[in-house]
Amino acid sequence: MSPWFALVARDLQLAWRQRGDLFLAVSFFLLVAALFPFALGPEPNLLLRIGPGVVWVAALLALLLSLERLFALEQEDGSLDLLLLSPLPAEALVLAKATAHWLTTGLPLVLAAPLVGLLYTLPPGGYLVLLASLLLGTPALSLFGATGAALCLGARRGGVLLPLLVLPLAVPVLIFGTAAVDATLAGLPARPHLLLLGALLLIALPVAAVAGGAGLRQAAE
Amino acid sequence: MTDTTTARSANLHRLANPGRFLRFADRIYPWCFGTMLLALTAGLVGALALSPADYQQGQSVRIMYVHVPAAWMALFVYLNLALASASLLIWRHPLAGVAAQASAPIGAAFTFLALATGSLWGKPMWGTWWVWDARLTSVLILFFLYLGYMALSNAFENEERGRRAGAVLALVGVVNLPIIKFSVDWWNTLHQPASVSRIGTPAIHSSMLWPLLVMALAFTLFYVVVLILRMRSELLAARLRALGRLAVEGR
Repeated sequence: MSPWFALVARDLQLAWRQRGDLFLAVSFFLLVAALFPFALGPEPNLLLRIGPGVVWVAALLALLLSLERLFALEQEDGSLDLLLLSPLPAEALVLAKATAHWLTTGLPLVLAAPLVGLLYTLPPGGYLVLLASLLLGTPALSLFGATGAALCLGARRGGVLLPLLVLPLAVPVLIFGTAAVDATLAGLPARPHLLLLGALLLIALPVAAVAGGAGLRQAAE
Repeated sequence: MTDTTTARSANLHRLANPGRFLRFADRIYPWCFGTMLLALTAGLVGALALSPADYQQGQSVRIMYVHVPAAWMALFVYLNLALASASLLIWRHPLAGVAAQASAPIGAAFTFLALATGSLWGKPMWGTWWVWDARLTSVLILFFLYLGYMALSNAFENEERGRRAGAVLALVGVVNLPIIKFSVDWWNTLHQPASVSRIGTPAIHSSMLWPLLVMALAFTLFYVVVLILRMRSELLAARLRALGRLAVEGR
């Protein structure tokens, strides 16, 4: 097994050993999504109108929760230094951690998203596009998040700092993700929005690798 | 050949010495400050008294003389911040980090000024303080990027680490600059497209154009003046800290 896959497998194994934590992000996601009807009232038309946006905002917030710990554990027990000394470049390290983060946090959120759609009376035609947009968008969010987490490593109050860095970068994903579902609901093609989401994912890959890798090296200096 | 290369690179790195930079800054500071005062006075008189009121917008058009230069400066300062960040990461230029860190609050202030004056202009003209149009939203994101840079670069015990982490973030944020510039062309927005930088003849009468350009010059010089002040105080503070450490070690 190549070192990259070994690293991803290790993170997945660690997550599986504490599988109770996997449900924390999903529970948070569902809870945030359930708050809006309480605050805005249960009128079906309104809920349908805000539904796609709520799914995306809740998913973004839930993804942020676990980001702070992405590299912090490795830094505390010193394994980060060993990983950086390994033949695996820091860039690949960031991509591996982001992949593991998406598999353990992003994918469960995507699977739970139809449930939220149900709460918001999403018509049957919207689910496929909602899932497609989340499948394209959440990996980009994990990548931007990993970049921020690498840069914040060792900072004072990293937990507050991290959202401040990541949220502005996440705005385009939010815009096109919501627009894709809204377009489908309005009877328009969702394809352009999904293509733009894919483009954002392709931009996020090198950005996370280069910027996140630089951040990790700085943290280890 | 080798001589000229060495001479040129020596010239490029001449200002990397903080002491030399401080002497250079002291020499140009009074000139920048004086020209800024002159340009600001001339620009304000031109903008508030001499230039005509707009036939549609009336007197509200005068907000533009602050709004447009502030918006230009918001982008220009971010560009500077990104260039300084790049030279910090690539050449480890010792003053680039200080320059970047000193630029950020100035740029954030210009961005805030552009948003606030735009909002004041929007109320009588568009009938609303704020619309979620592409230009306004992307400038708001620029403001948050400035805030993020400032928070990140001040969040570390080790100042150098903070500056370098911030530099990476500043470079990632550069993606936003073309989005702001072209947002009025790419999307059909409420915000009007550029009228000054149009190729050929600008779509703005010369009686309105000259106060605008003079104000832009004043704003740019204001940035230089404040940047020199902030960099000077930061360098002096660093020298004080070093002297303090020496005094402790000598005891």
